[in-house]
Amino acid sequence: MRRFSTFNLVSVTFGFAFLYLPIVILIIYSFNASRLVTVWAGFSTQWYVALLHDQAILDAAWVTIRVALFSATVATVLGTMAAIVLVRRRRFIGRTLFSGMIYAPIVMPDVITGLSLLLLFVALNFDRGFWTVALAHTSFTMCFVAVVVQSRLLSFDLSLEEAALDLGAPPFRAFFLVTLPVIFPAVAAGWMLAFTLSLDDLVISSFTTGPGATTLPMKIYSQVRLGVTPEINAVCTILVALVTIGVLIASVVGKTGMRATEAA
Amino acid sequence: MKQALGAVRRKFQPWNDPASRPFIEFRNVSKQFGSFTAVDHQTLTVFEREFHALLGPSGCGKTTLLRMLAGFEEPSEGEIWLDGKNLAGVPPHRRPVNMMFQSYALFPHMSVEKNIAFGLKQDGMPRGEIAARVDEMLKLVKLEPFAKRRPDKLSGGQRQRVALARALAKRPKVLLLDEPLGALDKKLREATQFELVGLQESLGLTFLIVTHDQEEAMTVADRISVMKEGKIAQIATPAEIYEAPSSRYVADFIGSVNVFEGTVESSSPGRLQLETDQGFTVRTATAPVLGAGTKAWFAVRPEKMRIDHDRPEGDGVNMVSGEVWDIGYLGDVTVYNVRLDSGKLVRASVMNAQRAVARPISWEERVWLSWSDDAGVILLD
Repeated sequence: MRRFSTFNLVSVTFGFAFLYLPIVILIIYSFNASRLVTVWAGFSTQWYVALLHDQAILDAAWVTIRVALFSATVATVLGTMAAIVLVRRRRFIGRTLFSGMIYAPIVMPDVITGLSLLLLFVALNFDRGFWTVALAHTSFTMCFVAVVVQSRLLSFDLSLEEAALDLGAPPFRAFFLVTLPVIFPAVAAGWMLAFTLSLDDLVISSFTTGPGATTLPMKIYSQVRLGVTPEINAVCTILVALVTIGVLIASVVGKTGMRATEAA
Repeated sequence: MKQALGAVRRKFQPWNDPASRPFIEFRNVSKQFGSFTAVDHQTLTVFEREFHALLGPSGCGKTTLLRMLAGFEEPSEGEIWLDGKNLAGVPPHRRPVNMMFQSYALFPHMSVEKNIAFGLKQDGMPRGEIAARVDEMLKLVKLEPFAKRRPDKLSGGQRQRVALARALAKRPKVLLLDEPLGALDKKLREATQFELVGLQESLGLTFLIVTHDQEEAMTVADRISVMKEGKIAQIATPAEIYEAPSSRYVADFIGSVNVFEGTVESSSPGRLQLETDQGFTVRTATAPVLGAGTKAWFAVRPEKMRIDHDRPEGDGVNMVSGEVWDIGYLGDVTVYNVRLDSGKLVRASVMNAQRAVARPISWEERVWLSWSDDAGVILLD
């Protein structure tokens, strides 16, 4: 391996600083004893304690977690099914259209996705609230799951499933006993990805929400408009921690799992 | 015991017995993939306890035949019968056949014993019986110390044994083997071929193997179907295929062969004389009666040719002279490529029975090739 040159060192430092300095400052100030965001007055965890007594924030957090759990789970089931159809069925009417459309939500601006979902719910006369947010999140995270699972299925040796059939397992049982355990790391990674995407979504939630269904990012955004408080810093720090853990687990599970199953 | 098995093997010829009942039957089976015809109206009968090999180059339809029997593909036309039952519409998991896959297809998330037990569990076999059968299978393939290991912690040869044990665990009516030894190195492959034959004989099962390796097919099989472009070119025992191929394709696919094109001069039962395009005359005792002037080919194996410095005695038939073009010393045999005056290369191989020869044949020497009346065959295709 080549050693770092000065240039490399400087560019890496600046790059990381550019990416992570704001987050680091946010995390540091969440432990600030002062109410003023810009003045350091010693270490304190009082804002985390204050959070526990802020019912509005806690409600928003609870909504967010429920939305994320529901949408990630449903999106994983649907996304996995879509991936299987796209990989296994080489030919069916509308395949090209379908495979193109599964990627579209990834590149679609959130504003458009949110607006179109809002229009759909209004047209269907669907009362906006928890379920509209959850469905909206399911719809935009599903394609991410589909992409992750699809890439794993492409390298899946189909003769594994054939062997299960050959040994007497009916198609559904063959899928659950052999195919699913083998591609499970990718499915789990897809779920984690969907969960974190849902957790920090602001735009689509704002469009599709209704009374009593304020998510944490929405709550934070509305509070920040009244001024940044250390309490918000504390919430954000927790969110950052959650998302980081989620992404780390997703990538570790995905990588080690795939190495183990592909080696065989 | 070995002797007894050998005796059984020699006597085992149900295909010559009109009373014997077919076990596997492909009746006029075709398989199309889009516009590509993988198998073209083929009929094949395999008997119980037979070790049958489907042999051919890649893309000849041999794997498609196997997969149709396993149920992974449905025939486009024709019927497949097994043990008196039509298999049409029977899904793979209800067919009494098991397959050993080319990639072995071991379940990576299960230990060796769980892999072997998988099929037995699907049948709802009691737990105790499963354990006993798994132990028996592990012993059969000599893998007892590896029962708890995952497939990725095994060598290629061990994985191959697990795949075999898993496919045999359910005691299928037919074991299907799709290029089962392709991933093994040559030494291990040869040893495993003999083990397969031993297993097949001691278990008394019907084996259907797909291979592109002619030596493998000759070693293991009772009968071989040589395939070409979706059609079976010849079905016969290894010896018949080698000594009496039905066409130039079969003769050329199995071993090496010298083929001379010619015209029939005279023909009577047990004797046919052919004038080759190379200008020499061939006389053979093993040929059908053909009209004079018929175009035909004379095929003769390299090891059936004698090579001498001097012109052999005789009437000048079944001999031709040429110049030694190339010599390949392979240890057990020496292969001579002899260039006839017409420019055609002919191959002759000689067993190295002695360590030293008094007058060795050398490059660019003039030599005579000769053969006996029953050395070669006349082919019409």
